[in-house]
Amino acid sequence: MSLDVLIVDDSAAIRKILQRVLVQAEVPLGKVHEAADGVEALEKLKTEKVGLILSDINMPNMDGIELLSKLKADDAYKAVPIVMVTTEGSQARVLQALELGAAGYVKKPFTAEQIKEKLTGII
Amino acid sequence: MSQSKLESAQIEAAVRQATHEVFSTMLNLPLEDQPAYEEIAADPPGSHDGVEALVGIGGYWTGTGRIWCNSKFACTLAGALLMTPYEALNEEVLDAISEVANMIIGGAKATFEDQLGTLALSIPTVVFGRNYRTRSAGVTSWMVIPFHCQGEDLQVRFFLMQTKGQAAPTPRPEMVHTL
Repeated sequence: MSLDVLIVDDSAAIRKILQRVLVQAEVPLGKVHEAADGVEALEKLKTEKVGLILSDINMPNMDGIELLSKLKADDAYKAVPIVMVTTEGSQARVLQALELGAAGYVKKPFTAEQIKEKLTGII
Repeated sequence: MSQSKLESAQIEAAVRQATHEVFSTMLNLPLEDQPAYEEIAADPPGSHDGVEALVGIGGYWTGTGRIWCNSKFACTLAGALLMTPYEALNEEVLDAISEVANMIIGGAKATFEDQLGTLALSIPTVVFGRNYRTRSAGVTSWMVIPFHCQGEDLQVRFFLMQTKGQAAPTPRPEMVHTL
């Protein structure tokens, strides 16, 4: 069964790398949707159903923490696992994301193995 | 911390660790350390050629991290990151350099947060071209941490000082626990 994924990052480079890494991590990918910030992600989710969201934190317009908070407060999305993929590696940020309901946290820079390990048990 | 600036050795160690981590993990390129030095900020600032990505740090401590390389090496870095060859600067190359800077400065920032409390990171800004100049208000000197990679230069410049008039943050109790 394939998995539709939404990748949220203001860097097109990171969105491209994550897509490649998901393939390397042998995730059974279906459609991969992209968004450059939280606002764009919420728009995308109005028309697309996904089974996994990978999101950066530091983004313009709406950051990843606000996006996470909004999605976890919405019955339509709160069951969708959200993994934060970000340079924001401080314990305070990690704890904040986990307290808000993030399924996992991957610090940039990352390897395909780290992504695979993090997604094991989530998807 | 009682001092108003971080020790040069602390900045150098954090930047080197973060840069090596990015090069070994995301770029798979060899990186050779060159001696670090202090650069007095010239007035007026000197001109540069190439590509430079700047990331701001804010909070109880404030500063800027800058990554500089020439255009050719910027294409090499972008090619290694995205596994696509680039012959000239374009949107993808500039975006890739922004992300490399974000990861290096963000990695160093995470090290400093162990001592200094939570710091915020800005979205990167890229400057490129010939004879460009940059000026950062209040910065009197930069810590320059240079590297060689495949015969090309990469320079990381860093400045971090205590923010005037800001009260020290109260650490969250759970921050003392190891995750």
